[in-house]
Amino acid sequence: MSSLTAGYGGDAVLSDLDLSVPSGAVAAVLGPSGSGKTTLLRVLAGFLKPTAGTVYFGERLVAGAGPGFPHAFVPPEKRRIGIVPQEGALFPHLDVSANVAFGLPRGAAAGRVAEVLEMVGMSDYAHVRPHELSGGQQQRVALARAMAPRPDVILLDEPFTALDAALRVRLRAEVRELLRGLGTTAILITHDQEEALSTADLVAVLRDGRIVQVGTPLEVYDVPADLGVARFVGDAVELPAVAQGERVTCALGDIPVHASTSLARDGEATVVLRPEQLVLSCPVEPAGPAPLPGAGVVRETSYHGHDSMLRVELADGTAIPVRVPGGTPPPRPGDAVVVSVTGPGRVYPA
Amino acid sequence: MAATRTRRRATGRPPRLLIAAGAVTAVVALIPLVYLLVRVSEAGLQRIIEVLVRPRTLETIGTSVSLVLVVVTACLAIGIPTAWLVARSTLPLRGMWLVLVALPLAIPSYVAAYAWLAQFPSMHGFWAAALILTLVSSPYVVLPVTAAFRSSDPALEEVARSLGRGPVRAFATTTLPQAWPAAAGGALLVALYVLSDFGAVALLRVDAFTRVIYASYRASFDRVSAAVLALVLVGLAALLVYAERRVRGRTRRWRVATGTQRAAIPVTLGAGARLGALAWLTGLTILALGVPLVSLVLRMLEGSRTPLDPLELLTAALTSLGVALAGAVLAVLLALPVGILAARYRTRSVRAIETVSYTGHALPAVVVGLSLVFLTLAVFPAAYQTIFILAFAYAVLFLPKAIGATRSATASVSPVLEQTARTLGRGPLRAWAETTFRLTLPGIAAGGLLVLLTAMKELPATLMLRPTGLDTLATELWSRTEIAAYGSAAPYAIALVVLAAGPAWLLSRAMTRADTDTSADTVAP
Repeated sequence: MSSLTAGYGGDAVLSDLDLSVPSGAVAAVLGPSGSGKTTLLRVLAGFLKPTAGTVYFGERLVAGAGPGFPHAFVPPEKRRIGIVPQEGALFPHLDVSANVAFGLPRGAAAGRVAEVLEMVGMSDYAHVRPHELSGGQQQRVALARAMAPRPDVILLDEPFTALDAALRVRLRAEVRELLRGLGTTAILITHDQEEALSTADLVAVLRDGRIVQVGTPLEVYDVPADLGVARFVGDAVELPAVAQGERVTCALGDIPVHASTSLARDGEATVVLRPEQLVLSCPVEPAGPAPLPGAGVVRETSYHGHDSMLRVELADGTAIPVRVPGGTPPPRPGDAVVVSVTGPGRVYPA
Repeated sequence: MAATRTRRRATGRPPRLLIAAGAVTAVVALIPLVYLLVRVSEAGLQRIIEVLVRPRTLETIGTSVSLVLVVVTACLAIGIPTAWLVARSTLPLRGMWLVLVALPLAIPSYVAAYAWLAQFPSMHGFWAAALILTLVSSPYVVLPVTAAFRSSDPALEEVARSLGRGPVRAFATTTLPQAWPAAAGGALLVALYVLSDFGAVALLRVDAFTRVIYASYRASFDRVSAAVLALVLVGLAALLVYAERRVRGRTRRWRVATGTQRAAIPVTLGAGARLGALAWLTGLTILALGVPLVSLVLRMLEGSRTPLDPLELLTAALTSLGVALAGAVLAVLLALPVGILAARYRTRSVRAIETVSYTGHALPAVVVGLSLVFLTLAVFPAAYQTIFILAFAYAVLFLPKAIGATRSATASVSPVLEQTARTLGRGPLRAWAETTFRLTLPGIAAGGLLVLLTAMKELPATLMLRPTGLDTLATELWSRTEIAAYGSAAPYAIALVVLAAGPAWLLSRAMTRADTDTSADTVAP
């Protein structure tokens, strides 16, 4: 899609949005609530006409102006898309196989229904009513229903949000396998950064109706385009710093930064570290006349079993969160510690 | 994300065709009122003022308003203590009493009036009407207040106790205020019922609006004064409907805390209080149910001495069914676009269509009857006193019930189903037919049935619009009671009570849910 603008009753929710997803890829559109994710989905599905811009599925223009079509608009039923809505939205008056067969031509349906139910592991439930299924099973059937007519694009609208944590992780992995196997282009709409990072080949971060970054999960997490993305995609430890070329100086000492984030101008800046880059150690010798970089005192410990979160107050008074793995008793409030950094940070204008 | 997950409405603009169909419904609903306005304005301002200041008019207004005030006061005085006993005390057989206090809903006012008259033939006038209207309309206060008492969080009262209030003051400062909106809403429904009631005031010869309008229509020489009076009546009724909507918005429970709420621990009544409570409820039940039922049974036994014509009863029942069925089908068809629009879209035009389609609410049946008599005589003389115009009147009067049913049925089905069906290759209409419509059919049919049963016992509009010689159960009861043929009227009265039981049951269920939004849609004198 390119230069896409859309909204309701004059308020543009999406503005000038460009995104292209390679055929066969699984792309995640990641954004906080209110960022326009749902509007984007509705435009892609054809429930909402964009006010400007174009949407192509491969070579096929489905909305907007194109050669020979000043105002193309393909209605949802002709778009060859499959949708997996939030909480499944199975037809409650039809059993599982009738749900899956809904999008198939009469007669030819039976074989295909069995095939896709097999794919999602729901073969034993063909004649069960939706209300008798668990949340995860409902989502599997919803996916089977969307896949059955062999659509060009599958849209997944926060499909795992309503499930409990363990099931969510398992189903996510299954769905990823399945989508890769099919080779169908899929777009996953989500507000959960973990879901986007773990499921997609490509992550597009949406904020205030604009795409602020597109990249592989690794790129988006490791080298966020700006401070906002850094905060949204994963936990971020922010420290005031002074930038100088590809290094910065902050309360944790002098650390390298990713070349691609280094600033054009040296001076005041903010450095962002991921909590797993911070390593805690005990001070080896009593502090000398000048405090060691990263020396501080534990102020608060909250124990979570698999790890503990500490709040460490550094010598200059800034407090930072540090995660320490479980297994050994965590330091207690009042203990003196040294925080050091592994790997490069990312630097942004102050 | 909660906002998008729980969204039940489709966003965006409603389809033009649906808006057009809804607009047709709105126009139909407006016809009786607009034509009445046209007729009144034709009379000229001077004539209108002359009718308005006539002593007879002022007397009528006085009578109707006093009747409303007396009945509302009585219903509140009876209803609130009764509701408390049923909801919050250790009264024996609470379940049974809860059913008994709702049962008067199944007695149409003119059946109650007939039953009392048959027992006490000299019973006439203002106080007789006030008594009977109080007895039949008290459930409109008792049921919602009971629901409010039962649903108010007992933790509030406990907190008030812990802060140093005694049990009575704790109740008065926490639970009672929460029941006020329910009581006020109920009181307004009672007022609307009394104001639009025709059967009881006519049979007991009280010159309230409805009887005077009917009489001047019958006398047929003074059509202007009938129209002016009808308009004043509509104005008063509209005021009540408006007030009821305002109050209803506030009836929703104010509970702030989340989590499951405990049921209140009932207040233990002492032996004396128990006896008093039982005497109170027994007395009410005897007046509201006992007298009418005994009277009906006695009349029935007497009536069997004079031969009952079963064929006549059957004909009347089938006629009632036929005309009411025509009205119900028309009402459901008209309600369909409006109900769907109201459930799915919230644009200004949709709001306007919905509001206008509810006009029937503020129109007493006498007014609709009168306006349609004028309209057919002046514009379509061929339709005068035909089944068509009668069905049309039923549709306008009971449209709000059909719309309410369609709307709530549609709102309970997520629009995502329809959208998903679209992506699976269905056009807009087929997508609707195969998902939403399939799922809402039972709800819509229930709405149609409610209209059917309500229309079958309709009296004043039927009297005014029916074809000559056509008799329904209600008109048969009416004409037999008018000539004091109480015995032969009894079978019709019993048939009507049986018919009314269905809508009464639905209504009592709707009213005992504290957060209902259908209470006023179902009020039916």
